[in-house]
Amino acid sequence: MKRTLVWKLALGWALLHASAWLHAQDPEFRLVIKDHKFEHVEIIVPAGKKVKLIIENKDATAEEFESYELNREKVVPANGQVPLFVGPLKPGRYPFFGDFNKDTAKGVLIAQ
Amino acid sequence: MLGIAILVFREVLEAALVVSVVFAATRGVPGRGRWIGAGIAAGILGAVVLAGFAGAIAGAVEGAGQELLNAGVLFAAVVMIAWHAIWMASHGKEITAQMHALGSAVSVGRRPLAALTLVVALAVLREGSEVVLFLYAQAAGGSSWVDVAGGIALGATGGCAVGLALYFGLLRIPIRYFFTATNWLLLLVAAGMASQAARFLVQADLLPPLGAMLWDTSAVLSDHSLLGQTLHALIGYDAKPAGVQVLFYIITGALIAIGMRLWGKPRTGVSGAA
Repeated sequence: MKRTLVWKLALGWALLHASAWLHAQDPEFRLVIKDHKFEHVEIIVPAGKKVKLIIENKDATAEEFESYELNREKVVPANGQVPLFVGPLKPGRYPFFGDFNKDTAKGVLIAQ
Repeated sequence: MLGIAILVFREVLEAALVVSVVFAATRGVPGRGRWIGAGIAAGILGAVVLAGFAGAIAGAVEGAGQELLNAGVLFAAVVMIAWHAIWMASHGKEITAQMHALGSAVSVGRRPLAALTLVVALAVLREGSEVVLFLYAQAAGGSSWVDVAGGIALGATGGCAVGLALYFGLLRIPIRYFFTATNWLLLLVAAGMASQAARFLVQADLLPPLGAMLWDTSAVLSDHSLLGQTLHALIGYDAKPAGVQVLFYIITGALIAIGMRLWGKPRTGVSGAA
């Protein structure tokens, strides 16, 4: 019977997460890449919430948004934009970079 | 040139590791070199085409096209690996026995090579399309052709060298355990791919994360170190997995293991026992 309790707890936990996921209104933040740089090197987002990042690439070549700390990577096509979801994040600093232009395209997402 | 080489190396490495495991798992199959070579070629061709459509793909399905495509490619590879692993579980013993009797150089048995060819092609396709986009950006950004060509050569050679090292390492496993070992390794590769696919779906908000960062072992072993990346490709190591990734990993691994158990029993004369 102990096992059924564990299952119920696991199911409850999953449902709780799933319902929060379905009902959340996700705050949106925009990141713009131009001349292989992020226009804002710091972006502040709320902690504890799923956040929608919209990454816009104004360059004529593709970029790859990547962050080890956020565990995210996504190609942003030339002159295009893509959405990407992160979090809910713990408060802290989450550096990100453009994998195709590592030397110049750098920034930090701050969750607070 | 070094920057180009490093990026190419990282992408080639993951594909090369998958190819190595497949190459080991198809030991003794006649014509496997041709099949796997065809898989690699198809993957590279597909990568170039895919890179050409990067803009259209990224814009599709409200911006989730890339994640859906990646997840689809990964899940297709998972199904193909599962099929092969389960097939091998039921036929592996005969093959091992034949190889034992005839010497491992002798070609034995037919295996579902097409499934693994597709796995190779999909692995190369996924990693390759990023390389193509990156190289195009480099060339367009004014890098010299010498740097680009040198970077490709250096990075690809390095990635393939690690893959070869893995292959020859696997060959040292005694033949009695060989296919059991490669089969379990394929199971872990597949479970890792399922976990990656789940990560893409979370990134596109198509799956709930069930705990955005279940744990963080990046201080111990980063995903992006050579060892971390190798383990990422081989056993699906992820330093900061979402809960749902762990769930997909476990379910995929369990399903393949159950399949291997169910259909992997030695064949007896009794039919309809299932």
